Amino acid sequence: MTVILKTEALNKVYRQGGLVRSRQVKALNDVNITVESDKPVVIAVVGESGSGKTTLAKTLLRLETPSSGRAIVYDTVVTGKGTTLSKQQFLGLVQPIFQNPFEAFSRYRPVDAYLHETARRVGGMDGAQAEAAVAAALTSVGLKYGEVRGKYTNQFSGGELQRISVARALIPQPKLIVADEPVSMIDASRRMIIINLFKQLRDEAGRSFLYITHDLATAYYISDYVAVMNKGVVVEFGPARQVMGDPQHDYTKLLLSSIPTTKSRWRPRKVAA
Amino acid sequence: MIKLNDLKISYRIGNRVIEAVNGVTLTIPDGSIVGIAGESGCGKSTLMKAIYGDIQSPMSLSGGSIEYGMKGADGLPVTTQTIRREWFKSISYIPQSSMNSLNPVIRIRDQFTDFPGTDSNKKRVLERARAYIGKLGLPAEAMESYPHQLSGGMRQRVMIALATFFQPELIIADEPTTALDVVVQKEILLLLMEVQELMGNTILVVSHDMGVHYQVTHKMLIMYAGRVVEYGDTESVFADPQHPYTKMLIDSLPTIGDDSMRGVLASMAGAGGDRAYRVEPELIEVKPGHFMARPSQIVGAAA
Repeated sequence: MTVILKTEALNKVYRQGGLVRSRQVKALNDVNITVESDKPVVIAVVGESGSGKTTLAKTLLRLETPSSGRAIVYDTVVTGKGTTLSKQQFLGLVQPIFQNPFEAFSRYRPVDAYLHETARRVGGMDGAQAEAAVAAALTSVGLKYGEVRGKYTNQFSGGELQRISVARALIPQPKLIVADEPVSMIDASRRMIIINLFKQLRDEAGRSFLYITHDLATAYYISDYVAVMNKGVVVEFGPARQVMGDPQHDYTKLLLSSIPTTKSRWRPRKVAA
Repeated sequence: MIKLNDLKISYRIGNRVIEAVNGVTLTIPDGSIVGIAGESGCGKSTLMKAIYGDIQSPMSLSGGSIEYGMKGADGLPVTTQTIRREWFKSISYIPQSSMNSLNPVIRIRDQFTDFPGTDSNKKRVLERARAYIGKLGLPAEAMESYPHQLSGGMRQRVMIALATFFQPELIIADEPTTALDVVVQKEILLLLMEVQELMGNTILVVSHDMGVHYQVTHKMLIMYAGRVVEYGDTESVFADPQHPYTKMLIDSLPTIGDDSMRGVLASMAGAGGDRAYRVEPELIEVKPGHFMARPSQIVGAAA
């Protein structure tokens, strides 16, 4: 069994306010998650705003250093005490996909420049190798290199641009892709295209995903494991079907009962006239 | 009753004219919650702005008309030219980001007395406002707070209280819960439903979340590329969607605990999942009260 993701007593404390009246906010409060598997998996982290799910993503991406504790990805310590990975090695193992693809790429550079840069800097490839790697990555997300080459962000739709973000993340052949709200900026009718792409990459290309989202329905559809976070604490963690089919924690139950479904209707309380 | 007669709204950008709403003919009955769905750029927000009467350059009414079916203070029917006088009184607007819509430097209670043309007796207005927010389940302290002291959900509730305080006949809510978490979203939507039940007014709700529409609305309007694709009772539209685009919108929502749709959901992949439709301007009545745009060919995979 491979340890796909393990966080050991991961803490992140932010200080808020000035010198005199500072407050401590525990964005991550003793987070312990272990996922061991032989097959690649999709791990969903769900919660509301302020639950700490983005801090968890940033910590695993080394964009924030943990206050204490450490994280292991594919049997390698990636952040916290005892990590020996260089930046390049780290980026070869873990890659990000961000929420807003229009902000992830600059408006003033053609988007394929980012793909080439990733291939050369992280993958250590030369020009010809990079060219081939970029073409292969774009093909695997259902785009053609010819359609992308030399174009700028305003020439793509949000969904296409997010597919290009996925292609960029695939170039260094990472084991784990951390996707922070990857579909929240995309039209509801086109979200499933990205979600299905993750599924396909898990099953066919052997990539694992950490899928950070507030959308429990897509998390249920795609993920193997799910962690429910509230105020920096993982309140419930386990196989997705188990957690969402038979929630134990009150907060998970509240979240699940608040989703507007197209199956059964809520009843509004009557207000006295 | 609001009647839209072949309404066309366009934007002029440089030398180009973009028809954001391209010939919408529709009758919205009184006393119902109507949901408007469609993807970004389909013209739903433009249509709402036009109904609200907030037509400013580069946006312009290039054809058709809106009949509001209400009379103004002068006794004449309200038109696009005079609808501004009815703002906050007969028609009000709940915008997407309430955070930016409340005046940040005055207290909530002062926002209630800050309307033009309200009762000059501030004390009386405040008394009524206090009673009203109590009825909507907001704490009394909220009145004394500044907007930044309230949470996003609380601010959105204050916005709803402000927008409905004068019992308008028509409320337009443009993505009222998009920036909110699901738990708060449910509270806000229930509040909106309660207010509607209480006052019997018409509410137009724009949302891209079909789940929200199913929960809240009585009627559904599906838009695509500036045109109406489907319009009918919510039950009927969800139970028996007629247009392939409507079907796709409804099917693109996974349900927790229901795996029967997995096959359909899995088929939405790659470039083929990104279909474009051609929508005809005429509507045909498929069933009583359930309209759909005349079916036409799917154009094929879009870029």
